[in-house]
Amino acid sequence: MFEQMFEYGGVSVRPLEIDDPRAVVDQLRGRIAALEGGPTRLHVPVLPVLAGLVQLRTGGVYGVDSATLGMTLAAGASQAGEWVGFAGWDDFGAEAAQQRGIVLGRTVLVPAPGEHWLEVTAALVDVLKVVVLRPPGGVDATSASLLEARLRARSAVLVVQGEWPRCEARISAEQVAWDGIGQGRGRLRERRTTLVARGGGRMPARVDVVL
Amino acid sequence: MRTMVLWCPDWSVTAGMLELADSSAGAGAGPDVDAAAPAVVLANNVVVVCNAAARAEGVRRGQRRRDAQARCPDVVLLAANPDRDARWFEPVLAVVEEVRPGVAPLRPGLLAVPAPGRYFARGGLDGEEAAAAVLAERLVRAGVWDSRFGAADDLYTAERAARQASPQACLSISSGGSGEFLRGLPVTVLADDGPEGAELAGLLRRLGLMLLADFARLGAGEVANRFGSYGTDVWRRVQGRETTRLASRTPPPELACEISFEPPLESAEAVTFSVRTTAERFVVGLADRQLVATSVRIEAEFEEGVSTRTWLHPRCFTSRDLVDRVHWQLQAGMASSGLRSRKSTGETIASAVTVVRFLPDVVEPAGDHADGLWGGGAEEQVVRGVARVQAMVGYDAVRIPVLQGGRGAADRQALVPWGERPVGLRPVDRPWPGRIPGPAPSRVFAAPLEAEVVDEAAVPVAVTPRGLVTGEPWRIRIDRHWCPIASWAGPWPIDEGWWLASAGSSGAGSAAGRAARFQVVGVDGRAWLLCWRSPGSWEVEAAYD
Repeated sequence: MFEQMFEYGGVSVRPLEIDDPRAVVDQLRGRIAALEGGPTRLHVPVLPVLAGLVQLRTGGVYGVDSATLGMTLAAGASQAGEWVGFAGWDDFGAEAAQQRGIVLGRTVLVPAPGEHWLEVTAALVDVLKVVVLRPPGGVDATSASLLEARLRARSAVLVVQGEWPRCEARISAEQVAWDGIGQGRGRLRERRTTLVARGGGRMPARVDVVL
Repeated sequence: MRTMVLWCPDWSVTAGMLELADSSAGAGAGPDVDAAAPAVVLANNVVVVCNAAARAEGVRRGQRRRDAQARCPDVVLLAANPDRDARWFEPVLAVVEEVRPGVAPLRPGLLAVPAPGRYFARGGLDGEEAAAAVLAERLVRAGVWDSRFGAADDLYTAERAARQASPQACLSISSGGSGEFLRGLPVTVLADDGPEGAELAGLLRRLGLMLLADFARLGAGEVANRFGSYGTDVWRRVQGRETTRLASRTPPPELACEISFEPPLESAEAVTFSVRTTAERFVVGLADRQLVATSVRIEAEFEEGVSTRTWLHPRCFTSRDLVDRVHWQLQAGMASSGLRSRKSTGETIASAVTVVRFLPDVVEPAGDHADGLWGGGAEEQVVRGVARVQAMVGYDAVRIPVLQGGRGAADRQALVPWGERPVGLRPVDRPWPGRIPGPAPSRVFAAPLEAEVVDEAAVPVAVTPRGLVTGEPWRIRIDRHWCPIASWAGPWPIDEGWWLASAGSSGAGSAAGRAARFQVVGVDGRAWLLCWRSPGSWEVEAAYD
């Protein structure tokens, strides 16, 4: 009888299509641990183009060396329905962000936090999943550890474009080549680059991508 | 039940002139606006309404703008704006409502009231004429000089009578005389009813029917067969059989809330704390009528001066939002601007606040803005967190990026303060010829960087009026760093805003004039979006970082 009711309502019970059961189990374990109150490291989705390079986990700080990379790292979470924030970006290219896959309607931008950048970033980390920060200058270890503690408590990810004392991974672009442009001909079409992720006590990982 | 109609001829012009006078008075030393100057209202460069002074110069409805200006060079040109007409008719409604409740606005410039009875009669004047004189006097005090009145048994006849009356006079059609009055009018008066009426008037004239009386002599069946429903309506009216009653409006409820401070408060924090209950009362007052406000005007009266600002909300205002807006508005009026420390409390305002007033600007049914059944939990959290950031660094330091149309990289985006609705954006879906296709630059500089581009012989590169480069770009300097150019593309020439440059306006002059954009890749792999501006300066607008 229940089965009939469900079918009448257009709801059918079918097994989910799971590509990688292990990842799902890991994720569920992480969630259970989160419910139990332990400090956990949940996975934050990244774009498929970065899949083999870096795994974002909550509570981590990741370094990048260009604006495009910062946007690309935040785009996965944004597409998954999370809010993302950019602090210290006084030259944010909204159209580029949208082309990289960031949903502008769920983006918070603090172009110039000035001397309050630490408090602003901490407040953003409280409510946003991924915060991309361009710190104004040198960052001392005390401020960094304060912010990292907040990141772990609030299950957020910080992406830093610039200097940071301890990064989980530092992603940089090497061998940048632009396609489609010549001597007075064509236009910039796409950028082929080799991304290198260093850190975490592992071998540097390299992928060739088109950004 | 007799009806009285008040008609303000050429209301669009009157409203436009009133607004012009109002704005020039607000600006202080604006050009003096003479209400009797010839003026026209244009839509699509065609005159739709003109006032009597313009008509005397030979300006007519339907003329092109240049024809109107040729006949009357000093004519004041006003853009057609139905909202403005309605907005400025509101005070007229209020003036009439004070004297005679039950006003029915028909359209801007035309209203009807139930005619006052014979008890108004005095000094040999009919009751209706005396009442019209009282209204006309009050309207003149409100700045409306040309008002005409008509009174009759039914609305249609009263409107016709008002259009026949002389300025500030009342044409009263005696009871039972409606049909007779209408039958004495020429058929051309039907043109006032709109395109339908103009068409019927033309047809009747071509049929040789000059007066409405001729039309009335036709048979009912013939009229119904040949002139449609509109013709039948007119025919029944000229027979004197139609009686249209008016639907009067109910005065709008008083939704504005205010709080006055005695003694006046010196600090923004104290004001913010004190307006909390008023803000709640305001929101509850709206909620009682199933309304929410999406745009609110906040007026703060200081001991000297007034601060008024209209705030838009992307969703709808809650009492907490209103308190925040009051805080921001008071802080914006303070001398110390820019970033403020969180620690500094008890900031003093330039002048003590005496009254804070909330006025609903736009209200919408609450049902349109209700939360979904499952709520917006995460959003709610984000909104609260961002409000905390705004409290630290000021409300306009937190932005939402939005896209808009344009050619340059900086033109194609806008950063809207969090909590405000974007207004006045250029449409994105237009082709925008001259814009750079392909991937957008990830860094768009708010203030372009100064640059220099030279060719192989170290001669600065320029762009000819035909859009050709004078030399091959060879090296580029950005901030004192020279870098050889690996490859480049362009130019994408544009000539924007040249009409502003010719007018000599320095404010918009920076974006005006001939320019050409280039994409340049240095040997270090960095790509830039450069802009050359006539007469020969280079700047970096954006970077493909």
